[in-house]
Amino acid sequence: MDRGHAALSRRTAILLAAAPVCFLAVFFIWPMTAILVTALTGDGGSAALAQSDVLATWSAPGTARIAWFTLWQAGLSTVLTVVVALPGAYVLATYDFPGKRLLRAGLTVPFVLPTVVVAAAFLALIGPRGPLSALGLDGTIWAILAAHVFYEYAIVVRLVGSVWSHLDPRTVEAARMLGATPWRAFRYITLPLLRPAVISAASLVFLFTFTSFGVILLLGGSGTTTLEVAIYRATAQSLDLPAGAALALLQMAVIGVVLVVETRLGERLAIAQRLRSAGDTSRRPVGRRAKLFMTAVIGSMMLYLGTPLAVLVERSLRSPEGSFLSSYRALLDAGGRGGLFVAPAEAVINSVAFAALTVALAVTFGLLIAAVAAYRGGRLGGGLDTLAMLPLGTSAVLLGFGFIVALDEPPLDLRTSPLLIPLAHSLVATPFVVRAAVPLIRSIEPRLREAAAVLGASPGRVFREIDGPVVARAALVGAGFAFAVSLGEFGATLFIARPETPTVPVAIYRLLGQPGALPFGQAMAMSTILMCLTAGAVLLIERWRSESASAF
Amino acid sequence: MRSLAIALTAAVLLGACMETSVPASSGAAASDAAPAELTLMTHDSFALSPETLARFESSHDATLRILRAGDAGSMVNQAILSREHPLADVLYGVDDTFLSRALDRDIFQSHQAAGLAAVPPQYRIDPQDRVTPIDYGDVCLNVDLDAFGSEGQADAPASLDDLVDPTYRGQSVVEDPATSSPGLAFLLATVARYDETGQYTWRDYWRGLRDNDVLVVDGWETAYYDRFSGGAGAGDRPIVVSYASSPAAEVVFSEPPVDRPSTAAVLDGCYRQTEFAGVLAGTESPELAAAFIDFLLSLEVQEGIPLQMFVYPVRADAALPAVFSQHAQVAPDPLGIAYETIGRDRERWLAEWTEVMRP
Repeated sequence: MDRGHAALSRRTAILLAAAPVCFLAVFFIWPMTAILVTALTGDGGSAALAQSDVLATWSAPGTARIAWFTLWQAGLSTVLTVVVALPGAYVLATYDFPGKRLLRAGLTVPFVLPTVVVAAAFLALIGPRGPLSALGLDGTIWAILAAHVFYEYAIVVRLVGSVWSHLDPRTVEAARMLGATPWRAFRYITLPLLRPAVISAASLVFLFTFTSFGVILLLGGSGTTTLEVAIYRATAQSLDLPAGAALALLQMAVIGVVLVVETRLGERLAIAQRLRSAGDTSRRPVGRRAKLFMTAVIGSMMLYLGTPLAVLVERSLRSPEGSFLSSYRALLDAGGRGGLFVAPAEAVINSVAFAALTVALAVTFGLLIAAVAAYRGGRLGGGLDTLAMLPLGTSAVLLGFGFIVALDEPPLDLRTSPLLIPLAHSLVATPFVVRAAVPLIRSIEPRLREAAAVLGASPGRVFREIDGPVVARAALVGAGFAFAVSLGEFGATLFIARPETPTVPVAIYRLLGQPGALPFGQAMAMSTILMCLTAGAVLLIERWRSESASAF
Repeated sequence: MRSLAIALTAAVLLGACMETSVPASSGAAASDAAPAELTLMTHDSFALSPETLARFESSHDATLRILRAGDAGSMVNQAILSREHPLADVLYGVDDTFLSRALDRDIFQSHQAAGLAAVPPQYRIDPQDRVTPIDYGDVCLNVDLDAFGSEGQADAPASLDDLVDPTYRGQSVVEDPATSSPGLAFLLATVARYDETGQYTWRDYWRGLRDNDVLVVDGWETAYYDRFSGGAGAGDRPIVVSYASSPAAEVVFSEPPVDRPSTAAVLDGCYRQTEFAGVLAGTESPELAAAFIDFLLSLEVQEGIPLQMFVYPVRADAALPAVFSQHAQVAPDPLGIAYETIGRDRERWLAEWTEVMRP
């Protein structure tokens, strides 16, 4: 079946792949290889013979248990996130309602919050003094799963939703007319069409939860350990690099298998179809049942995602009598404060600058990779796609150390440069652009291109008219996530040495490191600023998107 | 659509510019020597007032670059990994728990700091002066004063021993020694107090804690803010492992100001952590780096340390601010373990601790 793979010649595909491959080679493969080699040759701080250490780590009874726990909690988190988020994706993709844009922007907010802040919000709810303490979630696996769903919800809603909003509603309407129940129509028409997007989103959720670190440490209770936590303990705490490297190899092996399966599956399940403009497909809900369903979905979404956020805002406002907004006022008043103090304006400017650079890099590399994966496919496309995803599933601590070992000589001595921060963020952000773009591009009906070509359009014009709007749309969804990834400081950047360019999350961590009601209030105030910043930025990107969406 | 195309083109160009400008700028930084630049590698909690740092810069005609390298463990590891091509000229913030690893790997070069004479001998633990003691902090139990001492309430615990007493069942929260610096200090305190051998070892003590329903959490932030009931804590446990200076910080960081803390430190069974600084071997400006160590031991910096980092200066002649003398007494008889012993036994202790706590 022709899915347009042959649309790119091998030469063009290699040309397009060159830049992202160079980027990944220099900032991912090389540092990772360097740190693994350093660790395994016993050069990096442990005097022990490396080879035996690796085997010993692998065969230690704890390792299998940790690996198994990592795997099943990630799998369960992924399934739960998809199940919980699909109704939300449907409602946002197909219904028009007031405040839809704001809600869609708000969904991304949890994604950027530091885990220590989210944990504080969750513990305020489910902890012994919280209103939900009776549920008994505190310190159980359910607290971890609930936090994972809270974090990853937006990924599924946005990535699946962006395909869903372009499905031609007439197919389902026809089936319904012929007597199919809504479930049957969903099961046999919508779901198969959505499957590539669901798999795409699910793979991102899986990678994030598989390498989960903060949530596990903060909410899992003592003794709950994932591979990522074990790697952190081994490297940053015990300074036992060989053990950390052995665990990281295990982690990468699992991720590699999952990604290869996922890439194959995504390619096989792709179905070319007539995509419709989102403006054509979305409508106001008709009938009481539809309205009720929509209200219930939106209500539960807001309750689930909104409550922890509301707790944070409330705690940023909470203060002794007669000093309303004292946390915010204290944030603005830098006078007399110590060297750890970061003015919010400075933190916001640094964060936004890093995020803008990250978006530029991630969108560029992501679209190039997506083009090769979707138009060329095969081993080259699939391989590139998998390679781009790997940084998401790689130990952030170890990659941070890898930068130190690998990038130590000019012209690449970026170890102490602030540029390393957006570069590291881009490693994590690029997969979002790829994942947003590939399923959409694959869904483009190739006959449209053929028809355009037959009617005399040049190849450039065919791309511009047929693929262009779809690619643009995917780029915007990906750009939103890239921005959020950078604002939230995902990945190795919390573990790399950085000059004094404090971002909002860094400022939050610093405030939370000091005892007292004021620093805590200020940290919550800073978190609230981060939430507003995220929602504002995503809204801005959305505005752009609604302009471009009308083009097709 | 057009605006998007422009944006994408701009993004590509920006990316291209960055690729070309990066080597140029980093090359310039390496070759251009005036004014001298000094890079300080430190952990996330390092703080000195901007005015103080500016004074160092002007008196030495130098620019100071501060490089934050994560927590203390992460920082030491980065310093070790980069010892062939050092990331910085001077390092501040390695404590006794990571010291042996750093000294074994020879990442420092000796420097006998001016002002060392004013430092009591118990802090000057390296005879070769590869590291210079700068400050110390006492990791102590903290209690929520509202939960103890009134009618119908028990008295606050006064010693480590009290924590295994059924009176305080389910009331304490401690940090995991495998992921937290105060958590490790508390484990070391119990090792120092109850010893490895004999009738009642530190392992027996932890069994007692476990049976008395102690809560172990990953780090200080969770313990102090989410599980502890005192101060700004939202939890329900009135006993927490924190610092002797935490009550003073509570007074300093309050708005509107309060004159007395709602928490107190238990001064028995405190573990003393000393923080050191050192000139990194292989630095291109050893004199400037040495001058910075002298600066850290100067009275100006030493007397500024308490209110900046909430630890105590090592110099005996440094005066403490009033809030410290009122609310942050140092432990009269702190516990400690030689850094070589920690370096040798730490992993074993952690493994044994895990065995006791998660059988």
